[in-house]
Amino acid sequence: MNATGWLNWRSLNQEGIVFAIAVVLFIAAAIGLPGFINSNNLVAIVRSVSVLGILALGMAVVIIGRGIDLSAVAIMAMSVAWYLQLLSSGMSDGLAFAYVLAGVLAIGLLNGILVAYAEVPAIFVTLATASFVFGYVRSQLITQDAVPVPPGHWVELLGGLRFLDIPVEVFVFAGLAFAFFLFLRYTKWGRYVYFAGDNPVAARNIGIPVRPMLVLRYVLSALVSLIAGLLTAASLHSINTRIVNSTLLYDIVLVAVIGGIGLSGGRGGVRNVLVGAALIGILLNAMTIIDIPLLYQNLIKAAILLAAIIVDGFINPRDEQTAQQGDI
Amino acid sequence: MSFRERLQSWRYNLVPDHLVGEILSKRWTDNAIPFLALVATLSVFGSIIPGFFKPMSLQESTRQLGEFSLVVTGMTVVMLGGGIDLSVGSIFALSCFSAVFVFFILEQSVWLALAASIATGLLFGAINGYLIGYFRLRAFLTTLVTFIFGRALFDILVTTYAADVQLSDATSDVLDFIGDDTFWGLSVAVWAAIILAIITHVALTRSRPGWHVQAVGGSRRSAHNAGIRVRRTVFMTYVFSGFCASLGGFLIACRLSGAGPGTGLNLEVMALTAAVVGGVSLGGGRGSVIKGLMGAIIVLTMTNGLIRLGYGTGTNQMVLGIMLAVAVTIDIRWLKNRHKVLDEVYVAPVYLKMGATQSAAPGSGTPYELDNRLSEADHIGLGELEGPEDVILDRDDHLYCGTRHGEIVRFFAPDYKHSEVFAHIGGFPLGLAFDKTGNLISCVGAMGLYSVSPEREVKRLSAETSRSWTSIVDDARLRDPNDCDIAPDGRIYFTDSTKRYDAHDWALDSIENRATGRLLVYDPKDASTKTLLDGYRYTNGVCMAHDGKSLFFAESWACRVHRYWLEGPKAGTAECVIRDMPGYPDNINRASDGNYWMAWLGMRTPSFDLSLRHPDMRKRMTRRLPQDEWLFPNINTGGVVKFNEKGGIVEAMGDLSGAAHPMVTSMREHKGYLFVGGILNNRIGRYRIAGADPNWTSPASYWGAKP
Repeated sequence: MNATGWLNWRSLNQEGIVFAIAVVLFIAAAIGLPGFINSNNLVAIVRSVSVLGILALGMAVVIIGRGIDLSAVAIMAMSVAWYLQLLSSGMSDGLAFAYVLAGVLAIGLLNGILVAYAEVPAIFVTLATASFVFGYVRSQLITQDAVPVPPGHWVELLGGLRFLDIPVEVFVFAGLAFAFFLFLRYTKWGRYVYFAGDNPVAARNIGIPVRPMLVLRYVLSALVSLIAGLLTAASLHSINTRIVNSTLLYDIVLVAVIGGIGLSGGRGGVRNVLVGAALIGILLNAMTIIDIPLLYQNLIKAAILLAAIIVDGFINPRDEQTAQQGDI
Repeated sequence: MSFRERLQSWRYNLVPDHLVGEILSKRWTDNAIPFLALVATLSVFGSIIPGFFKPMSLQESTRQLGEFSLVVTGMTVVMLGGGIDLSVGSIFALSCFSAVFVFFILEQSVWLALAASIATGLLFGAINGYLIGYFRLRAFLTTLVTFIFGRALFDILVTTYAADVQLSDATSDVLDFIGDDTFWGLSVAVWAAIILAIITHVALTRSRPGWHVQAVGGSRRSAHNAGIRVRRTVFMTYVFSGFCASLGGFLIACRLSGAGPGTGLNLEVMALTAAVVGGVSLGGGRGSVIKGLMGAIIVLTMTNGLIRLGYGTGTNQMVLGIMLAVAVTIDIRWLKNRHKVLDEVYVAPVYLKMGATQSAAPGSGTPYELDNRLSEADHIGLGELEGPEDVILDRDDHLYCGTRHGEIVRFFAPDYKHSEVFAHIGGFPLGLAFDKTGNLISCVGAMGLYSVSPEREVKRLSAETSRSWTSIVDDARLRDPNDCDIAPDGRIYFTDSTKRYDAHDWALDSIENRATGRLLVYDPKDASTKTLLDGYRYTNGVCMAHDGKSLFFAESWACRVHRYWLEGPKAGTAECVIRDMPGYPDNINRASDGNYWMAWLGMRTPSFDLSLRHPDMRKRMTRRLPQDEWLFPNINTGGVVKFNEKGGIVEAMGDLSGAAHPMVTSMREHKGYLFVGGILNNRIGRYRIAGADPNWTSPASYWGAKP
């Protein structure tokens, strides 16, 4: 049970440190920055990290199983862009959604099968599929970079939905987080994620269906990306495919890694995602309030991610015994 | 012969199945796939894009290719060392900016701009190398982060200084020359790429640092255990990659006279795809600069070709994604399954109908009839020896034999109770012979022909013969030197049993039954080795006839003995003197009564003879059954056969108990005794021959009485 992050002092430590930093940052921003501590801004913070957090949940499950999914952002943007394009070309909503869902499942399956059965490193598979998904959808299926949501469509209504003045994506994030928590902690397949991530060979030897479970994780990640994409389109009333070339993907990895999910797999959980998302949310919000230009924000985020990876390298050193040749 | 058999013999003896396995076992097949892809790409795009091969068009695209190849060369070196460098695009862009900044804004010389570029690349590479080499971080994520970092920095710098660069009026002939002109018909970028590729190739294949890189990529732990400074080597690969990317960046700065937001964009995915498509392996150890360059040409031709064909935004990414996924998958699967495929297809049996034979069963009344005489032999070195394939005695009656540990062991006369390691050669010493001056000549399985002087000095005489033009497998190398004998003029005649299998895979050779055995001669006068005869089914024992004018050699899997003439009207030709024996012949040696001893390593069985007429069945057998369930020659019974000069069988003896000498690979007569060895035996037998000359010795028979 150590691998859950509850009893593992190492993860707890990093998680604790990050949580403490987040609290300190929060207090400092509350004191130093005018307009930080008001309910609108707080809601804005939570809202801004919701999509990021949802994507990070999918990424977390993949990383815990000793993988990585670099195609998450491409799937998120391109699937929704294709959906909206289909809608604007007059296709019925149900059929369009079925098409997109099938496409997303196919890419998730492709990722999973190449990683699990062809034994290609996850990094390369997902890098290639990301490039392919973006290129294919952009060149063959849609006509321009940004695709707007048709007026009056349920995606647009979703964006305006509020409960207790809190936007709906926050509830979706919370619900998904809880669902992932239940999945990882209390279901058999969820436990398999940890076993396979900790030691895939041993997991296979004790009879866990390691390969089908790997496929499942990539499909899960792809579906989560679709949900995140729909929420993005809902709040912005359009989807801009240029987001694929932005640093959003690295923000997702940042959230997962900085929250304490080791890249070598088998450690971490939903709490780590929440803590990581909190820190990044506060940080981004504070930088926006201080009015740091976007380019400099990228620089700062990259520096933080680098620091996080270095710390991760020290806390979860690579195990020469189970690390395989070519594991890069 | 039935119709079915005739078909089988045509199918399996005329279709060269074995070539498939031989081609697959070649290392250049690794290059063949990317090379074919290269040819296909160039021909497809060359034919559908008008003017693709026009000099002007080539000039412009090769300039870009030069810059790109530089980056790919750096990426190749990093990948060979077991890493990956995704920050090349950022380094490229930042180096480009450094050059632009120094030249246009500081208005310094081009050379200073070059120095600034290279310094930027080295610094960035050193950061990568330090984090990955010394901190042992994951290469992919670390360079991904330094890539974002570098890109963010570059974007900031470009937006800050774009206007200043536009307004600058710095010009230089050198810059224009590097950017626009050609030297001997090729642009500076192409020259730079060619020179760097040659230097890198030579360094990788022929220098210590290059070998270290390949060793670390091949197996990091082994390299560490071998004393290679793994961390420093990894560090250096990233520094080199930074250097290469910075050269590319400088060249594009000269070509475009500026830096824009698009500089180096997507370069890392392109370079990675190029290296992988070219066949540089992920995870290191396999690949070359040439492969990287082939990949570079393929990728650049594809992406540029698609742009020129007018496909829209995103097509490039789509094609790159497909190429990367396919190439990586092929690479991984090929690496993992290559030896399996090879195992599947390498064994390519042929059809052979063995002639009917006489029985060797006790009481059958044939000349081959085996008895139980060898079971009466004394034993020498019982339990101490492993695999005395051949035995020989010197003029002082000491007994020598090879062992499977690669040693030649000497037993001391008169009682042969004490022994010592006479010499250590390695390999598996098989056939033995003494030359005129008392040097012990040995055919060492898997190594070659060796000589051990009485002072125990080991010398290699020959390990290769001339290469035949039509053979795909390298038949210059001696794969399974088996037995040797020495002519009166000092020339050493020896056999190389098979070209297709190593010595320990003799069972596979018997199953395949392809005729690739050779008879060779080594001439000590000029140390040359020549192939005399080729195309026998496992040439084995060799023995000089008593008059020294011809020699006998055994063809094991065909159960035949041939005579090869050294002199006389039939010189240089061979004729079959014994055919269709019931046993598989091994070594042949002289007997005191003017006849010859021949060892049988095993006996023919009706079942295996039948299987030789069913090559398809043997092929299936080697593919589907574990090795210990294969049907192959029965080696649980053997014997010793005496034959005369004409090939007539004089007598045969065996060990029907199977306890002492079930298989016999060699026997040597000495002073009335027969010394018997077996390659799988744990002893040497000594059998008293009734009525033999008690003074006859082999050295005296060959080289005369003691001087």
